[in-house]
Amino acid sequence: MHWSRRLVWSLALIGVPLLAACDLAGPQSAMSPAGPIAQAQRDLFMWTFWLSWLVIIAVVGVLVYSVIRFRAKDEEDRKTLPHQTHGSTKLEIVWFVIPVILVILVAVPTVRTIFATEYTIDRANYTDDDVIIRATGYQWWFKFEYPREGFVTANEMLIPVGRRVIVELDSADVLHSFWVPNLAGKRDMIPNQDNQIWFSADHPGYYYGQCAELCLGAHAYMRFRVIAVEEDEYQAWLASFMNAADAAQTVQADPEVERGRQLMATKGCIGCHTIDGYAPGVEVGNPGFPDLTNFGLRTTVGAAIKANTPENLAAWLRDPQALKPGNYMPTLWQADDPNAAAEIDAITAYLLSLGVDADATTSATLGGSHGDR
Amino acid sequence: MAIGKLGAPPVVGRPPDALLSRPTWTEGLLSWLTTVDHKRLGILYIVTSLGFTAIASVEAFLIRLQLASPNNTLLSPDVYNQMFTMHGVTMVFLAIMPLAIGFANYFVPLQIGARDLAFPRLNAFGYWVYLVGGVFLYTSFLLGGAPDVGWFAYAPLTSLSNNPGLGTDFYMIGLFVGGIGTLATAMNLIVTIINMRAPGMRIMRMPVFTWMILVTSFLIIFAFPPLTVALFQVMMDRTFDTLFYVPAAGALPILWQHLFWIFGHPEVYIIALPAFGVISEVIPTFSRKPLFGYPVVILSGIFIGFMGFAVWTHHMFTTGLGPVVNTAFAITSFVIGIPTGIKVFNWLATIWGGKVWFSTAMLYAVAFLITFTVGGITGIMLAVPPFDAQAQDSYFVVAHFHFVMGGGALLAFFAGLYYWFPKMTGKLMSERIGKLSFWLLVPGFWVIFFPQHFLGLMGMPRRTQTYVEGIGLEFWNLVSTAGTFIMGAGLVLLLVNIVHGLLRGAPAGNDPWDARTLEWSTTSPPPYYDFDRQPVVNDRDAHWVQKYPESVHGERVPASASEPYDRGGAHMPGQSWYPLIAALSLLPFSYGWLYDNMWLVGVSMLILIVATYAWALEGVGGKHIHVGGHDEAHRAPDEGVDA
Repeated sequence: MHWSRRLVWSLALIGVPLLAACDLAGPQSAMSPAGPIAQAQRDLFMWTFWLSWLVIIAVVGVLVYSVIRFRAKDEEDRKTLPHQTHGSTKLEIVWFVIPVILVILVAVPTVRTIFATEYTIDRANYTDDDVIIRATGYQWWFKFEYPREGFVTANEMLIPVGRRVIVELDSADVLHSFWVPNLAGKRDMIPNQDNQIWFSADHPGYYYGQCAELCLGAHAYMRFRVIAVEEDEYQAWLASFMNAADAAQTVQADPEVERGRQLMATKGCIGCHTIDGYAPGVEVGNPGFPDLTNFGLRTTVGAAIKANTPENLAAWLRDPQALKPGNYMPTLWQADDPNAAAEIDAITAYLLSLGVDADATTSATLGGSHGDR
Repeated sequence: MAIGKLGAPPVVGRPPDALLSRPTWTEGLLSWLTTVDHKRLGILYIVTSLGFTAIASVEAFLIRLQLASPNNTLLSPDVYNQMFTMHGVTMVFLAIMPLAIGFANYFVPLQIGARDLAFPRLNAFGYWVYLVGGVFLYTSFLLGGAPDVGWFAYAPLTSLSNNPGLGTDFYMIGLFVGGIGTLATAMNLIVTIINMRAPGMRIMRMPVFTWMILVTSFLIIFAFPPLTVALFQVMMDRTFDTLFYVPAAGALPILWQHLFWIFGHPEVYIIALPAFGVISEVIPTFSRKPLFGYPVVILSGIFIGFMGFAVWTHHMFTTGLGPVVNTAFAITSFVIGIPTGIKVFNWLATIWGGKVWFSTAMLYAVAFLITFTVGGITGIMLAVPPFDAQAQDSYFVVAHFHFVMGGGALLAFFAGLYYWFPKMTGKLMSERIGKLSFWLLVPGFWVIFFPQHFLGLMGMPRRTQTYVEGIGLEFWNLVSTAGTFIMGAGLVLLLVNIVHGLLRGAPAGNDPWDARTLEWSTTSPPPYYDFDRQPVVNDRDAHWVQKYPESVHGERVPASASEPYDRGGAHMPGQSWYPLIAALSLLPFSYGWLYDNMWLVGVSMLILIVATYAWALEGVGGKHIHVGGHDEAHRAPDEGVDA
């Protein structure tokens, strides 16, 4: 084969993975930006990518050309020595300048983007329009606190489209990292260090997040979701939490649900899990564990690993270690417990009822169908 | 002890109060245990590091099998964490770095025309400490679980409350002990390169490999102390309840990251620079031209080494250090791209206009150039903090550093292996098996690691034992796993080729590649005293100039007389038990510390002190030889006890 055709072939070969790379979109992909921060990060990546592509084509092209062009044909040919060139100052200057130019081409937009996207917003400069959320990493789930509204939830945060969201990051134990690729690159959650990340979403959607710093155990299943909704839906969601304590009735109308509520106590669930409105005037749970208030509004169970359906919730309650090995949720029923199925069904019914009665429209939008993505 | 008066002849043979006489075995196991020969130690390093490479490859294979499909349960999270931690620790500390040190041990003295390293017993000590550290780390699998916190072991994951098992102690003590050997060897190499060059070998005539080892050794000396400090802090926390990394007591765990990466980034160059050195030997030899722009390549290497200490926080762009810090370290990181690019251009220019000989070694060098260029470029991408925010701790980083460390450094060392194997063994490896192995290994490597860029961009974090279905990660993970079978076959064939070469290899002759540097002027394998005659250097590519003076200097004929330098004969070091004993004492020391058994620690320290003392009192020893060297009949050295 002629060398030029070989060259074309080899370039084509390199191009195949590139073509494949064109479609990397996904609910957790940095290549599907849904907000200005992720967009800026992706734009900068694409700029460096095209510069790199030029460099790679040039280097590999020259390399492939020269090893073919200057190939020794046989052992005899090897014996004719090539000219023993030692170097060339002119060329050295040329290929000193080339990388310098490339570096400048990368550095200028980099520095501009850093200062446009990575600064910390002082608390004094928070505006009323900002959405403030305090996120704390625990092994292996995320606590989300809305300090202005005064409630706590876990593993799923709702945000309104278009508004700036400022997330204050902290960790309760080891390092974690807050990463929602569709909306923004990651920022680490470090004990004793006030980190912050801010971003906004351009359009409604489910944006998948995941802990990106090794925290052992169930690290791979330490997931979460940012759910961007329109403003009115967001307000309704906030209201359902702020009214959760009052909205829940002590004795549930549905006997199955009521049985589930009582089982939450007998099986020990409320020893760890907070539920606003579990019983009037009674605070249950422990802030170091996932808050289950309005659990019926959640789209997932087990820190965003499964859709929040009765079947998945029941499976989770039955054997949490099977779905998420290493997590701290105990197995509450012996394998041969004859009452297990019935008790789990009751608890499932209770949990899925939480928040659903409080605001029918919110639950209709958020529960169910979108959850199983 | 009889100490000779000034001017009196030194003590002959065994000093009266020495504990053990100096061993003199020349073959068999005992000769290897007591050897101080840089070539034997080099082979020990290379064989041991290839063994660890094989173990780490098995770990990597298990990792990829686990990730072949979503929600796979082949490995539990605990086992998976141990696998990737030990894979990383092994590849960095027990495989690639010692492989570089092994080549340095063997070839630096040969390249500079010396007969051994400056401190031969210290050299032996360095090897045995490395082996002790590696064996100690691997016994963790039998003693309750290997380290599972990743090769950079971020605090506070390593604190006793978060990690009560022994794995973390194995990591901390193992690296602590291993670092002693690495530091000793680095100092040894520096002294050797600075003091023991052949007559005429000016510093700008040194082979590039030797140059890069010199730079690397300085990097080791400056980079390891911060790591040692950090390891010691964590062990203090775990053993004596100090609070360096206990957040509940107000500690700032980010301190570990600073200390680790101010070691960790230079460590990358500790691995990469020797690889650059190997490439700078292989490409000129097989292009049959001198290295293009020798001084520029050297200076680039020095600059890379220097800048390696100024970029550590680019591993920490997502820790919230702020835009000013991120900007500063982004720019210093970009700047490293300049000398690296210059090196690549000079290698290309070396090939240009040459007569390219496609031996397996050259194939690996070309594969290195392509793979390393891609890895270097993704490195520049990762130095862009806004993009790094997405890519950090994702599979994009995994792909990047495998392109640099695996595809870059390891491919370069494989080139070195094929290049130098004939010199070390006197036999040629099979080119046929070699090329077959190459065409499995390198494409297999690309199939494994190139798709991992995609996985990272699609949001797959590293160090997760599984991933959920439905977010697009299934396909490329499967492709990546499939690649391990291809690359694995290549690695197996590489081992087959080594064994085949040892057993059935064709005789290599002294200079099978018609190469350029001094190691090719002596026999293959070289005699224990390295050179029959003290080489005298008149130029770069000292051996080439001897062979083809007219190709370099036209009519000028270089001097080859070495008589004035040989008149006094040569002093060869004697074998010794003490490096081995001193190094072995660190094994019970490590277990004593591990189990908080201060008696064992005390006894081990006592052995160490006694061994070191006896080592010092043992004296220089060795023997004085007069190598005939002018014809074959006089090849056998005229041996005599040092007097």
